Amino acid sequence: MKRHLLEAADLDRDDATLVLDTAAQIDQALAGREVKKLPTLRGRTVVNLFYEDSTRTRISFELAAKRLSADVINFSAKGSSVSKGESLKDTALTLEAMGADAVVVRHWASGAPHRLANWVRGSVVNAGDGTHEHPTQALLDAYTIRQRLGRLDGVRVTIVGDVLHSRVARSNVGLLHTLGAEVTLVAPPTLLPVGVGSWPAEVGYDLDAVLPKSDVVMMLRVQAERMNASYFPSAREYSRRYGLDARRMAALPDDAIVMHPGPMNRGMEIAAEVADSVRSTIVEQVANGVSTRMAVLYLLLGGSPQ
Amino acid sequence: MADGPRTRVQYRRHRSDHSFNDPSSEAGKEASLARSSEPARSSTPGSAPGTLLSAADVARVVDRMAHQLIERAATGGPASADGGLADLVLVGIPTRGAPLARRLAARIQAFTGTGVDVGTADITLYRDDLRLRGVRALEPTVLPDAGIDGRLVVLVDDVLFSGRSVRAALDALRDLGRPRSVQLAVLVDRGHRELPIRADFVGKNVPTSRSQQVKVHLAEVDGVDEVLVTEATGTEAAQ
Repeated sequence: MKRHLLEAADLDRDDATLVLDTAAQIDQALAGREVKKLPTLRGRTVVNLFYEDSTRTRISFELAAKRLSADVINFSAKGSSVSKGESLKDTALTLEAMGADAVVVRHWASGAPHRLANWVRGSVVNAGDGTHEHPTQALLDAYTIRQRLGRLDGVRVTIVGDVLHSRVARSNVGLLHTLGAEVTLVAPPTLLPVGVGSWPAEVGYDLDAVLPKSDVVMMLRVQAERMNASYFPSAREYSRRYGLDARRMAALPDDAIVMHPGPMNRGMEIAAEVADSVRSTIVEQVANGVSTRMAVLYLLLGGSPQ
Repeated sequence: MADGPRTRVQYRRHRSDHSFNDPSSEAGKEASLARSSEPARSSTPGSAPGTLLSAADVARVVDRMAHQLIERAATGGPASADGGLADLVLVGIPTRGAPLARRLAARIQAFTGTGVDVGTADITLYRDDLRLRGVRALEPTVLPDAGIDGRLVVLVDDVLFSGRSVRAALDALRDLGRPRSVQLAVLVDRGHRELPIRADFVGKNVPTSRSQQVKVHLAEVDGVDEVLVTEATGTEAAQ
């Protein structure tokens, strides 16, 4: 494993499989236990550096680190010196001086974790940077697929929606391709990034045509906060063409699953009845996020400091 | 141990002086028997490199340990019709402790007709040498459905050396439940303890030097049953 986890490409197939296997063993070891805590990272310090709002990712990383007995410091841009104008580098050096062994960073700017990795001695874990990457989300998605379907090799994954703004989509395309899955992106042309043709994925525009050939449908959140232009005529039209409702879910193969990285816009990209159906893995994804992130922290921090 | 192998008589005389750095007491019986049939060794500490136990030896040793476990189960806890075996849980420490625990359970079943619960506890996340040796892949942790609370847990491992694996296993057990009693069974005790830990059941007690390696091979993992003593080569870490 590399020292940092900045993007899905940092993991080759062996590394990615090791993370998933480790997460599975951790899951199994902790299942049904009263004391859900391991002493592995005792005395290590993990800093959660969050420049952007987050519920599940921050809590998930915090819980993962605490279950491994690391000391966790939560740092959010609001209510810190960042609001007084402190730069990312100065903040990083402050954390460095305090002896952080790992920095989990979420930032609105794509590439911020890469910059950070040059400034600190500890490991940097990208918890989402702008519209770039969110590698641990891809890992937990891959873990969930493997858990439900028993394999990743040859699994047909369709990722639907706002690919342009989605770091989840970018990381998933990379990681799932590494692990042997076949990825298809379905989105309005306005919500596909420039250069998507070079991604290791098929691209389509017609959701109904792709659904019968999908083992996994991953719905992306429509990221209204990043949309400074009109990417589609109306929410209603988007929902009709690219939303997953009960009728479309019925077109899926029998054992297909429905995923969503959260938070959901119910009624927009996913209907409530689909989100709450037995095919939906949305709650499992959250639970799996903790064990996957424990695996990542263990593999990055468990060994020798250098 | 530097002054050469002790005799059985010495073992008895010095029982109260037992040191944790020496091989465990049960091992003394086995080792002295083995020595009595061999010519006296030179004064260099350790065993001559080579095969310590053949496949037939391993089978015999496992049988003997199974009998000892049956005896212990019958005398330790409250009296019961099944000889206390329902109370017994064999917990193997991966990698090779796990198949060893399953073998012991199979032999106990063969001798008594009663099945014994078996589990495995991976101790990697409890090790104190992760920083020195780096991370490694995890192995399964599986406990019997009945759990370990209030039961007699016997940890099973292949080689007892520094005692650090056992310490980690004890920490893991503490998180997994609260056994009535925890005991330790090892196939080979090679001495050189770094912690106050001693085995309750020992297959074979082997005086070694620190530079030597004791390698246990089991058919389930390595395709063959044997115990080898080798001189460590290069930087390869001792077992």
